Amino acid sequence: MPIALAWASLRRHGTRTMLAMLGVAVAAAMLLDMVMMSTGMRESFRSLLLSRGFQLRLSPKGTLPFDTEASMGNTRELVRKLRTNPNFVAVSPVLGGSIHFPRGDSVVTSSALGLEPRVQGDYELVSGRDPLAPNEIVVNDELYRALGARIGDTLAVANGYDPQTREYTGVRRLVLTGRVRFLYGATRQRAAAMELRTLQQMGGSERDDASSLVMIRVREGASIDSAMEFIKEQGPRANLVSTESALDQVDMRLRYFRQLAVILGSVSLFVGFLLVTTLITVSVNERIGEIAVMRALGVSRAHVVQQIVLEGMTISLIGAFAGLLLGLATGRYLNGILSSFPGLPEAIDFFLFQPKAAWTALGLLALSGIAAGVYPAFRASSLPIATTLREEAIA
Amino acid sequence: MTAPAVVRARDLTREYSFGKEIVHALSGVTFDVPEGDYVAIVGPSGCGKSTLLNLLGAIDRPTRGSVVINGTDVARMNDRDATSFRLRNIGFVFQRFYLMPTLSARENVELPMAEAGVSKLDRIARAKELLAYVGLAHRERHRPSELSGGEQQRVAIARALSNHPAILLADEPTGELDARTGAEIIGLFGRLNRDGTTLIVVTHDEELASAASRKIHMRDGLIVDG
Repeated sequence: MPIALAWASLRRHGTRTMLAMLGVAVAAAMLLDMVMMSTGMRESFRSLLLSRGFQLRLSPKGTLPFDTEASMGNTRELVRKLRTNPNFVAVSPVLGGSIHFPRGDSVVTSSALGLEPRVQGDYELVSGRDPLAPNEIVVNDELYRALGARIGDTLAVANGYDPQTREYTGVRRLVLTGRVRFLYGATRQRAAAMELRTLQQMGGSERDDASSLVMIRVREGASIDSAMEFIKEQGPRANLVSTESALDQVDMRLRYFRQLAVILGSVSLFVGFLLVTTLITVSVNERIGEIAVMRALGVSRAHVVQQIVLEGMTISLIGAFAGLLLGLATGRYLNGILSSFPGLPEAIDFFLFQPKAAWTALGLLALSGIAAGVYPAFRASSLPIATTLREEAIA
Repeated sequence: MTAPAVVRARDLTREYSFGKEIVHALSGVTFDVPEGDYVAIVGPSGCGKSTLLNLLGAIDRPTRGSVVINGTDVARMNDRDATSFRLRNIGFVFQRFYLMPTLSARENVELPMAEAGVSKLDRIARAKELLAYVGLAHRERHRPSELSGGEQQRVAIARALSNHPAILLADEPTGELDARTGAEIIGLFGRLNRDGTTLIVVTHDEELASAASRKIHMRDGLIVDG
């Protein structure tokens, strides 16, 4: 009976109940978005880092991979030594830089990766084939459209431009062999990839033996700590980061985001709580006579409390489920905006939906719904019956 | 032979404190109500009639004295026991009906039975039987807002009878009704009493009081006659 009475009571002022549920839905949506944001970026970054199975990364000192134009020297020998370790399944050196495609009076500029196509972990082939020869190149869709080229075309590619001689430097003629999608590429970023040696040679003697990053995939079951020890023993003048330590660094940089998310999420929860408490208190005050009569008829205090708490919980839960949908929609919309920020990998999600996050948000709201009903419920059930009825009769 | 007393009130006293002032609402009331009796409690406003009814119905506690209903002293019960006792032994009818506005007539009658744990089928059957008894079989699906005042009061009476109470207490049951509808309720109370229900009615309505088999006159918290 408490369930039927709670539902009937909510239906009695349908519009008011709907508005309260809508209010809770908005609070729930915000809470969910904040929970999604506080955990989403980290998880998204983690799955991105682990997407090709590389657990260790060597990058120039004081930087994150591709954080700057910085590079490491003498990497050929380092890579050779690393490959002697039987626990290293793949060692993938990568050099980052910019390249230019002179097109008559204009030029198309793009970022470029020099890598070893057979062990690379930076792109996925969309069509065509990998650039396995020194005179081959693959491009992403953005660059493909900008060039107006076709697979099989030969393209003039320069590594730099000398403003004094007004000539391009490090020019090569490369055959376009495929279209790819870069895993770490930013939205609308033009990018290309070629053999590491090709990009190194295009960069001249300064970059002849340079790499911006070396990624290492360790055999499954092998100790990451031992692998790190081995790498350190080779004496690289570089930062060695595991996925976990990279995530810790990302965490440090995202700390303010998370603090903001926690504060806004708590405010949303509190607003939802206040909304339900206010509604239930008003509703109970309107029905004080009815509640006193129910008590006089023999309805127990526990059932009165149960009914009123159920009302709060119903508003919170229906509002929370509606908020879940609203939160997913707004999260997706905001994610679209934030993901298009320049310089950020397209694959990074700011609002990553995780069932655990959704359940956390729903659970918190359900608890706040229960808490919101507790005070008015105990107040209503504890009223002296005779006095309340007399006051109601006088009123 | 006199029927056994279903209600025994002894030295019932109820005082209220308002700051330093103490108001004596009841000052040592003693009386018995035999089973099957129909008692009207009358007197001027503020003489303690409703206070007495509240004590008999275990929704208030006396400052002193005892109220024994069907052999149980309800004045000494804690809240939980008093609630359970009311549910199974006492039927209440109020001046303002107090039906649950969101429930139908039948659901209102079912409410105390649901609380008492009566099965759904049994309580539907009993609610239908009671609504038929009060002449509202055809209105069982109607909400209180779709019923007249007299019909609402009849539903409230059916609700009060749902758990076969030992006594039915009514506080100004005709107070909100016009003369004709009030007369219908008076007729219904008469029929109830003839069918064996013990009734105690607080009223200003002379007609209702006259229909009772016994009148208790009160003044200043005391029984002055009856």
